[in-house]
Amino acid sequence: MPDTYFSLAMRDAIAHALREDPSVFVMGEDIDKSVLGPTQGLVAEFGPTRVRNTPISEQAVIGAVIGASLTGMRPVMDVMFSSFFYVAMDQIANQAAHIRYMSGGQVHLPLVLMAGIGPSGQAGSQHSESPHAALMGLSGLKVVVPSTPADAKGLMLSAIRDPDPVIYLMDVALAGTKGPVPDGEHVVPLGVAEVKREGRDVTVVAMGFAAAEALEAADRLGSEGVSVEMIDPRTLVPLDVETIVASVGRTGRLVIAETGRRTCGFAAEVAALTMEHVWDSLVAPPIRVTWPDVPVPYSPALEMACQVDAEDIIDAVRRALQMSRSVHV
Amino acid sequence: MTPEPARAGQDVYSDHPLVGLYRRMVRIRRFELKCQSLWNARIGPGPKGEVTSAEQMPGFVHLSIGQEAIAVGVCTLLRPDDQIASTHRGHGHVIAKGGDVNRIMAELYGRVTGYCRGKGGSMHIFAPEIGVLGTNGIVGGGIAHAVGAAMAHKLLGRDGVAVTFFGDGASNQGVFFESMNLAALWHLPVVFVCENNLYSEWTEYERLTAGEQIVERGRPFGIPSVPVDGNDVLAVRDVASHAIRRARAGGGPSLIEAKTYIQCGHMEGEEAFAGKYRSDEEISSWVVRDPITRLGERLISGRVADRSVLAGVEAEEQQRVDEALRFAVASDPPDVSELTMHVFAKER
Repeated sequence: MPDTYFSLAMRDAIAHALREDPSVFVMGEDIDKSVLGPTQGLVAEFGPTRVRNTPISEQAVIGAVIGASLTGMRPVMDVMFSSFFYVAMDQIANQAAHIRYMSGGQVHLPLVLMAGIGPSGQAGSQHSESPHAALMGLSGLKVVVPSTPADAKGLMLSAIRDPDPVIYLMDVALAGTKGPVPDGEHVVPLGVAEVKREGRDVTVVAMGFAAAEALEAADRLGSEGVSVEMIDPRTLVPLDVETIVASVGRTGRLVIAETGRRTCGFAAEVAALTMEHVWDSLVAPPIRVTWPDVPVPYSPALEMACQVDAEDIIDAVRRALQMSRSVHV
Repeated sequence: MTPEPARAGQDVYSDHPLVGLYRRMVRIRRFELKCQSLWNARIGPGPKGEVTSAEQMPGFVHLSIGQEAIAVGVCTLLRPDDQIASTHRGHGHVIAKGGDVNRIMAELYGRVTGYCRGKGGSMHIFAPEIGVLGTNGIVGGGIAHAVGAAMAHKLLGRDGVAVTFFGDGASNQGVFFESMNLAALWHLPVVFVCENNLYSEWTEYERLTAGEQIVERGRPFGIPSVPVDGNDVLAVRDVASHAIRRARAGGGPSLIEAKTYIQCGHMEGEEAFAGKYRSDEEISSWVVRDPITRLGERLISGRVADRSVLAGVEAEEQQRVDEALRFAVASDPPDVSELTMHVFAKER
């Protein structure tokens, strides 16, 4: 398997979909330049009609994506930075997320909105958002956050083929990472978590860039004799609750790492789910590793402090291991 | 028990084409007058005793009384595979496009026989088989959907057309300008139909809208833009047929500003808080320009139909609407198990 960059693995999946299905088309601002990489070279292969450069008009373009998806197309839109979702929240929340339900199941919206999340190197707050948790809560959107190039490709193909609206989020800190990616048809189903490391002592659930950092944390802790089970959910909606709670049921300890803010975040949701499902197996409270509740700051020193890294996760695992409740009968 | 819905858009009548237009407008009017009386019965001081508890209308409704000529003038020129994106004031658009009044009324009553199994209500009626991409609870929310439907037609080499209706209020939403830019840039088969009913909710539109006329907003984009008397169904049909023909032939988008007047209020039940915000003189000056009365008079003076034919149409459509109410009231509400259905294509 050749090593491929994360963003180009996404690109390869989009190209695959464009080749196999004439109803697939791609839109985005400066789609030929592809600031973050996932549409590089697509205009050259598929032409400017199917891979279309758009004005900076998020509301109308996302609205058009919805209209096209309702009438026989499978549009893929590169929104570039997920901060820009907020420009078009009517179309995303009131329309894309809710139309199928409001229609009583009469219509499908097979569309993909992809965008980068998280700090990308001092872009400041308005290019560094991670709105996954808010999008998870809208009901009607699937939310995908891969952490490896292979998953980036496999999940993109599933997202494009899916009959529902999919928000595909690429942690920008991962865009330039490389890893083995299968050639040709490679599909990772939505809603299936991957246990990336098996372990006994503590479960770490981590998404996006935090998942990559959690792997490093697991390896470093492993060399100290701490056995970490590391789970990457890969899709936040639908969420593979079974895999997560089964793991926590075995280890009794849970750390959740998220590249996003703390309040009402993904980590909070996973903590609540595990308490609902396996509270009697928990010997320590779930520990969240997240950004603080702040906009992503500009200063490199502050941005680094905001972001979740392996050190934060190691620290949280150690705290989880130190805690142990006595069970009252 | 739940009766079977009739097939959408099937007229059993063989009217003269102009009488057909009259019939569609009357159907919309009778439907909405029915809604109005049911609503008044709900809040009083209307005829409470005449409405059974099963007939109590839920939700809230925005009626288009006085605006029927626009919906009918445009939609009767469209094919089932042409789309419309409608508004919160959209019953008329759906009926004009061939919607089944039984299923619309059932939707308003939140019944399982409604177009959306009771999940959408008045402001969210979808009927994909007749090209209704939804009425829409967000002012301006559907404009860009028509742009996307038009893109789909063009990308797949179909000769379909997408029409978006919106009010003068929506003409102040940014997405309107963004959508015109896209449609003009890409020569898309879209017809933008602004129904200027002179009120943006409860405020006169001139107090909220800069510039001379909304129709001028299309010209900077190079979009052929025409105003029309929105209370004259034949005039609407004339400009709409040019716009639709141009779109179908690959000539790109058009903007129509249909000037009309909303004879009812912004929404039923508004008396409770909106007070009296326009004069009786103003309302009656528009009632004398009522689009249905005007077409009726032209049909009679042009000897297309006599009064008895038109009275027959009125009676038949009243019967149809009465039957729609019976159908809705006799239909079951959705089972509570449907609460969590239809979020995603594959239920989990």
